[in-house]
Amino acid sequence: MQPDSLTFIFLNAFIINNFVLAMFLGLCPFLGVSGKIKTAWNMGLAVIFVMLVSSNCAYFINKLLVRYELEFLRLICYIAVIASAVQLVEMAVKRFSPALFRTLGIFLPLITTNCAILGLALFQTNRNYNFTQSLAFSIGAGAGFTLALILMAGLREKLELADVPDVSMGAALSLTLAGLLSLAFMGFAGLGG
Amino acid sequence: MVRDPRLPEPLNWGTFTQGLWRDNPVFVMLLGLCPVLAVTNTAMNALAMGIATTFVLLSSGVLVSLLRKLIPKQVRIASYIIIIATFVTIADYAIMAISLDLYNALGAFIQLIVANCIILGRAEAYASKNQVVNAFVNGLGMGLGFTFALLCLGVVREILGSGTLFGLSLFGADFQPWAIFVLPPGGFFVLAFWLFLFAVVRKHRSHSRIQEQEIADAA
Amino acid sequence: MSDETSPLSTPANPGPASLILTLGIIAMMSGLLVVTTYQVTKPIIAANRQEALEKAVFSVLPEATSKVNFRLDEEGLRRLEGDEMGQANLFAGYDETGELAGIALEGAARGYQDVVRILYGYSPESECVIGMTVMESTETPGLGDKVETDPDFLANFECLEARLNEAGTAMRNEIVTVKSGEKTEPWQIDGISGATVTSQAIGTAIRRSSREMLPLIEKNKESLKRTIDE
Repeated sequence: MQPDSLTFIFLNAFIINNFVLAMFLGLCPFLGVSGKIKTAWNMGLAVIFVMLVSSNCAYFINKLLVRYELEFLRLICYIAVIASAVQLVEMAVKRFSPALFRTLGIFLPLITTNCAILGLALFQTNRNYNFTQSLAFSIGAGAGFTLALILMAGLREKLELADVPDVSMGAALSLTLAGLLSLAFMGFAGLGG
Repeated sequence: MVRDPRLPEPLNWGTFTQGLWRDNPVFVMLLGLCPVLAVTNTAMNALAMGIATTFVLLSSGVLVSLLRKLIPKQVRIASYIIIIATFVTIADYAIMAISLDLYNALGAFIQLIVANCIILGRAEAYASKNQVVNAFVNGLGMGLGFTFALLCLGVVREILGSGTLFGLSLFGADFQPWAIFVLPPGGFFVLAFWLFLFAVVRKHRSHSRIQEQEIADAA
Repeated sequence: MSDETSPLSTPANPGPASLILTLGIIAMMSGLLVVTTYQVTKPIIAANRQEALEKAVFSVLPEATSKVNFRLDEEGLRRLEGDEMGQANLFAGYDETGELAGIALEGAARGYQDVVRILYGYSPESECVIGMTVMESTETPGLGDKVETDPDFLANFECLEARLNEAGTAMRNEIVTVKSGEKTEPWQIDGISGATVTSQAIGTAIRRSSREMLPLIEKNKESLKRTIDE
């Protein structure tokens, strides 16, 4: 598989180098919102949506900054634009689709401080992706985040019934689980060949 | 000891040690985990990341505290984000000027300090309400606590995963490193191990405290 | 935050003008700080890059003792000095006697995680790639970064055939990476099992760069040999 092809970029962000399990991006919501499968699913949808929007914005801003040789303002512009994009998305969704807003609503503000979104914008710039490649990258990354979140939520729902020593309850146990998931995802590395 | 949290805190030893142990950003509050796991595959990277984050915490804390009476409540988050992003950009260029190898090793994670919840959290919860000196001391404590946590992971992962410490070989050529510890799953496992260890220590402490109490009561 | 104002905060509800003014002042301050840092660090960063590059050039051209930066494109060969050094895409290395010891060229291709940038040495005399070093990569430690250390892999670049066709306009055989242990021709790179994508990226980087640069070098071969005397 060619490293430049859209399929590879998608699969790479989706499972091979999963944003959460291999790149450690977006860990806060990963540990925070992964209690129930239903919530995890809604959060994942919201993230995919915001990732698409902010990846597009970042692509055009970068074009503009490179053109005027202002690359040193990249970070400040990205963070400002992502924060306002999330706000705009929230307002637009509220206005045009109240049903969707009820599903995604409370998750949207949480996403602003999600490093996966900024990470996506920075990585696509560092790797010089073109427009379609950025699109594939953002969908892959969002889908990968959702997948990791849902798997984790599924494991945690089962875990509530398990009898474990109380010192290892909570974060330590969640992280061990994440480690095991990450170990399993390493098996996908062969896909790249 | 309940005190109105909106009042400025007096400067004392607790201002500094809060971030070191009691409210350690990583081991207790579980904040900013992305860099904690992503760049701790060697102790050197961990140290550099810790110093960069401490710098951003300190300088943004001081500036936010200086400007706390000038920034209207409605635009405070936006202002804090701009201030933090500025200092992160400065740290980014400074690291690039100090060592290109280090910069390449840390990659985009220096820029991702912006999204580290500890920094915005401190600006909002502490620096915006307290004197400049307090903000400085508290930021230093938090930064050192964060660096300490990064080093805890970095040292363990480098020793087990590459058989070296700060690049110096420890076990000689015959050592077969456990590559898993420098790979992503190792990061999760080592952090889980530290959290488990601290949970055991805490439990032990509170347990012995209760016992002492009981003995005192009995007497 | 609750609606109560803390004893220290400004009175509630400042007008929109003052909100915009505050944000504007903060943005200006931050812009000033960033631009100052950028200006201060720019020459240091450029010097660091140059130094790292110099080290890399001498490592891929073992016999070279001095280096000259050139810019080579369709318009011809240009020797670069001073501020222009950063625009170089070709580094000629000369040995102690002033003879051309080889040419270092840059290449880049997308690897497993990020772009892998390499520098490789080409000897026009033996028509071989005679050295390769990784300039920049964030490949998985313990797997992908084997390309920098694995002696069997680096042995590929002792003399990797890079011959042009009779007319000197294109490669006779394109350089490719094959699976570990399947190398049969002198222009093939024996990959590393477990670091397939990264070893392929290096092959791709050399292939792309050699396809474009070698015919141009052939055309300007004579002027490259002479430059050191001038």
